[in-house]
Amino acid sequence: MKAPTRDDLIDFVYEEARMLDDGRFDEWLDLWTHDSFYWMPLDYNQEDAKHVTSLLHEDTFMRKLRVERFKGERTFSQKPKTRCHHVLNRPFIDHVDDEKGEYVTHTAFHYVETRLDDQILLAATARHELKLIEGKLKITHKRVDLLNSDAAFGNIQMFL
Amino acid sequence: MSRYANNPQAIQNLIRPTEVHRDVYIDQEVFELEMKHLFANTWIFVGHESQTPNKGDYFTTEIGTKPVIMVRHSDNEIYVLHNRCPHKGTKIAIDRTGNTGKFFRCPYHAWSFKTNGCLLAIPLRKGYKDTGLEESESVHGMAPVGAVKNYRGFIFARLNKEGPDFESFFGESLSSFDNMVDRSPEGRLEVAGPPLRYMHRCNWKMLVENQTDTCHPMVAHESSAGTAIDLWEKMDKPEGTQKPMAMEVIAPFMSPYEFFENMGIRTWPNGHGHTGVHHSIHSDYSAIPGYFEQMVEAYGEERAKAILGENRHNTVYFPNIMIKGPIQQLRLFTPIAADRTLVESYIYRLVGAPDMLLERTAMYNRMINAPTSMVGHDDLEMYERAQEGLHSDGLEWVNVQRLYQEGENFDEIAVENGTTERQMRNQFHAWEKYMTLTMEGDA
Ligand code: FES
Ligand SMILES: [Fe+2]
Repeated sequence: MKAPTRDDLIDFVYEEARMLDDGRFDEWLDLWTHDSFYWMPLDYNQEDAKHVTSLLHEDTFMRKLRVERFKGERTFSQKPKTRCHHVLNRPFIDHVDDEKGEYVTHTAFHYVETRLDDQILLAATARHELKLIEGKLKITHKRVDLLNSDAAFGNIQMFL
Repeated sequence: MSRYANNPQAIQNLIRPTEVHRDVYIDQEVFELEMKHLFANTWIFVGHESQTPNKGDYFTTEIGTKPVIMVRHSDNEIYVLHNRCPHKGTKIAIDRTGNTGKFFRCPYHAWSFKTNGCLLAIPLRKGYKDTGLEESESVHGMAPVGAVKNYRGFIFARLNKEGPDFESFFGESLSSFDNMVDRSPEGRLEVAGPPLRYMHRCNWKMLVENQTDTCHPMVAHESSAGTAIDLWEKMDKPEGTQKPMAMEVIAPFMSPYEFFENMGIRTWPNGHGHTGVHHSIHSDYSAIPGYFEQMVEAYGEERAKAILGENRHNTVYFPNIMIKGPIQQLRLFTPIAADRTLVESYIYRLVGAPDMLLERTAMYNRMINAPTSMVGHDDLEMYERAQEGLHSDGLEWVNVQRLYQEGENFDEIAVENGTTERQMRNQFHAWEKYMTLTMEGDA
């Protein structure tokens, strides 16, 4: 890929969500650079990921662990399995730097997670920081802000 | 029909030496009596003084199911007031924190109150002239709780005016709080950000019991901690690569039974107790550069070593908090209904210590106790299955018999094998005592 077009960037964000909804987790793990982070703050407008509590701040190892755990024979909270469903607004392209191959998108979405008779609906915004590496877009950082991040939740088991 | 109100004998009948009746977990009447008696007779954690650092700062929370406001008054003391207008009951503040200035003003009819609760003014007061307002309970303003204690920055309250005093209720168990605070070179903690808030569809006591349940980690957490260990071992990495902080946090959950047996459990009177008398899952964390030197400077080498050598695992303060001294975490189990509990997990900064310690603490909190945390999912799955399972009529009693000894005396401090369920029995002994302390029998 030469410099990605707007459509390439938008398609990437949609495709990422589809992988999660389809449960194609190994493919999803490959979308990330090795030093990337997935961050879900606990507080509205939180700036520090490390010295106050976050809901998630996951590096490659932790993301892989969650995916492996989903598959485990003795993962009782995944018996039966959770399913998820994303509905995305069209992503905004917030930043384009073809020289460096760096891009930022901003996507509002609704997320549904279900297991047994329970179903939760969350409203969230994702900020993807992407990098073009060897002709492929990769995620270097993904920040997910829940609209109600300070609410008391039951289990949220999947990636948003 | 009421089965338990005004019937201390019926309450006592729920607790046997080695088992407890399921009604302590699933019966809504028992739950309401817990709120009326147990949570009014005992000292309940409210908040930390650093949550209200300035005069007029307040923080809203619950003692059991009762809404209260913790507020710093003009005398710089922290007061705990019932969050209820003496006029028509309106909650005075509903945001979780804020600053109210010199007084609270009710948003409904503008009665105002000093930050110690005293009535300040009523608009159009002449309408109460000659009505006998002076004799009403409303004239005293926002009611304070029965008693408040600030212990090294941690605010506790007792709803009832009469009851056990703070020191005799907690006794030597306060050594766990001391150790947590002493780990700051300045002997001071500060709350770090808002707490995690995690809703559990189970009884609050299941959470409290789980804090000293040392036979579940290697089973229930095999899915998270066990998988982490496998993954790390299989990972391509240069010989001698240091374990990342995340592995240091999660791997010890898979320690074998012997590890937990040997760590020991200590019980104190009134339902308090802790795991990790000799060592714990927090013992083998890497040293943080510069911290030990700061501690030696502050306390001298011998005392610094003694403070840091104490690695208690979970300390339960009956009825509804747990603290982890070595990582400065406090978890509050707030009952909402017989089958609903809000868990709030707070972390604190060791004032004067390196930031990297706080980084590990924040990591522990989100990895182990968040609604998004794998370890949290493992636990909640078990609590919710138990809450549902107890409705089966196959059996009526829950077993807490492991390492039971005939004639256990909970008024004495004891140190036992770390897999004993003695601490759970200790909690139910205290439960029975404080449930019936102020309960008058019909008979
Ligand atoms: S309810 Fe508070 S002033 Fe009327
Ligand atoms: Fe657990």
